[in-house]
Amino acid sequence: MSELALLLIRLAFLAVLWFFVIAAVGVIRTDLFGPRTAPSANPRKLPTKPAKNIPAKPKRGEPRQMVVTGGPLQGTIINLTEQPITIGRATDSTLVLSDDYASSRHAQLFPQDGQWIVEDLGSTNGTYLDRSKVTRPTPVPLGTPIRIGKTVIELRK
Amino acid sequence: MTTAPVAEAPAVPMTAKRRGAQLVMLAFAIVVVMGAYASVGLGIDGQIPSGTFTYGLGLAVLMFAAYGVLAKWAPWADPLLLPLVTLLNGIGLVFIYRIEQTGQAGASATNQLMWTALGVVMFSATLIVLKDHRTLQRLTYTMGALGLLLLVMPLLPIIGEDVNGASIWIKIGPLTYQPAEMAKMALVIFFAGYLVAKRDVLALAGRRLFFIDLPRVRDLGPVLITWGLSLGVLVLQKDLGSSLLVFGTFIAMLYIATQRTSWVLIGVLLFVGGAVLAGQLFGHVQDRFEVWLDPGNPEFYNRELGGSEQLMQGLFAMGSGGILGTGLGQGFPREIPLSFSDFIIAVVGEELGLTGLMALLMVYALIVERGLRTALAARDPFTKLLAGGLSFLLAWQVFIIVGGVTRLIPLTGLVTPFLSAGGSALLTNWILIALLVRMSDAARRPPPQAIQNEGLTQVFTR
Repeated sequence: MSELALLLIRLAFLAVLWFFVIAAVGVIRTDLFGPRTAPSANPRKLPTKPAKNIPAKPKRGEPRQMVVTGGPLQGTIINLTEQPITIGRATDSTLVLSDDYASSRHAQLFPQDGQWIVEDLGSTNGTYLDRSKVTRPTPVPLGTPIRIGKTVIELRK
Repeated sequence: MTTAPVAEAPAVPMTAKRRGAQLVMLAFAIVVVMGAYASVGLGIDGQIPSGTFTYGLGLAVLMFAAYGVLAKWAPWADPLLLPLVTLLNGIGLVFIYRIEQTGQAGASATNQLMWTALGVVMFSATLIVLKDHRTLQRLTYTMGALGLLLLVMPLLPIIGEDVNGASIWIKIGPLTYQPAEMAKMALVIFFAGYLVAKRDVLALAGRRLFFIDLPRVRDLGPVLITWGLSLGVLVLQKDLGSSLLVFGTFIAMLYIATQRTSWVLIGVLLFVGGAVLAGQLFGHVQDRFEVWLDPGNPEFYNRELGGSEQLMQGLFAMGSGGILGTGLGQGFPREIPLSFSDFIIAVVGEELGLTGLMALLMVYALIVERGLRTALAARDPFTKLLAGGLSFLLAWQVFIIVGGVTRLIPLTGLVTPFLSAGGSALLTNWILIALLVRMSDAARRPPPQAIQNEGLTQVFTR
């Protein structure tokens, strides 16, 4: 076995060892940002699964971002994907609020037939779309404020 | 407004089971170990050792069996604990094999593989028998008594045995065992149960002096008792490592339970005071300090028992390893006495260099991180304390031994978890991981779904 080959083996082994560590960190990472790995429980969107290279590009007029416009998290932007967005104080929510007026699983937003729907998840203090309380799943128009405790969010293009 | 049915709308995203990720990581760990094994052979005599597939296959069968048990009895458990431990245990096997090749007496990879198999059996048994770790809370004082009994066992006349000046072994027939390993875990369970019951008084009573909250004098009881216990271990059994391990873990758990910095301060002061006092009074503790402060001194280097030869050889080995190491199978682990048990870290440092050593320390850190994360996610204080305590125990043990080998702190005879040869420690650590897996399963299991339709009664299944 030549010196060079041994050197290469040595370096390769160290690289593989570190790659293992990085892969482990990757697993933790996807664990922390849960929604990416959460199983989608909405079977209806499965048949119209978009092709690989076109990652669900929203059509004109459909919202692309959820922006927090008021409250302690003001300025936070979440890009909308096919995944539902949960809002609340629970640490596994997409948008984690630290607000005494919010419930741990307060509300969720989910896409349905090209629209985003807001649903209150039985919160204590309620979810408001514009001025009216959300009592059942309601479609959210662009730019309409949703109020949850002290936090105000809206959908934007 | 639509009245479209939304009953099957996506539920709150839950922590996924991550079975796939776990399997991939497990396979990856085994591949890394087999690569290391082959690389040892190539380094020694230029050919892949014939046992590569036997050992690799043996390890793979064991670990996938452990995975099967985990998937069946703790399906929500953390996906990383098992692969990370597999890597450490496998790398340990490889290094023990490598040291065995140099002909150092006492190193036996076959033995270690057998102990690994027993460890996996204990891991599986713990997971299968212990359906709910909170049963342990009921055994708080039993565990305390058991821990104490195990600690003093080596001092008992017939079964106790002295090896290298430390009385930490028991011998029953041909079997030798280090009960202190098991004692540590029993004591952590006891501390967790005890602190859950008493933490309010330890956390709240007391008064403020300058900028620190001091506890009341009469609440110092538990700390003083544990301190006395650890000093007793230090003096009577000459086991500096276990003493530091038990006391440090207790202080850390006290801190987790009460969030009071003053306990840490009191603990550190007590231990430093005790250690200095013991150093003045007892020869073997003093030896350790001398060797630590001045290992190059020929007087210490040539001393028969408790000299600095081992420490210096370890430092030389790591020095010659440098950043990238000498390569597997190309170092001189034979020069280090006991390189397969206490000083395996020095051999890793020589053959894999700083880079490889850091990778292994990262793996330890990740295991501890998963444990602490379990503690964070847990829902009841006992689980929080137990998971936090066990993770800290592991981290603290790695710190004490690696710190000792690299001469950051005085050297103490502790094994490196999962790497070192030694059955008692391997068994205990596998049980420790089983407990962490059990707790992470409970912590990550999704809570019952919140009620959505008013007027429906929800049935909780637990």
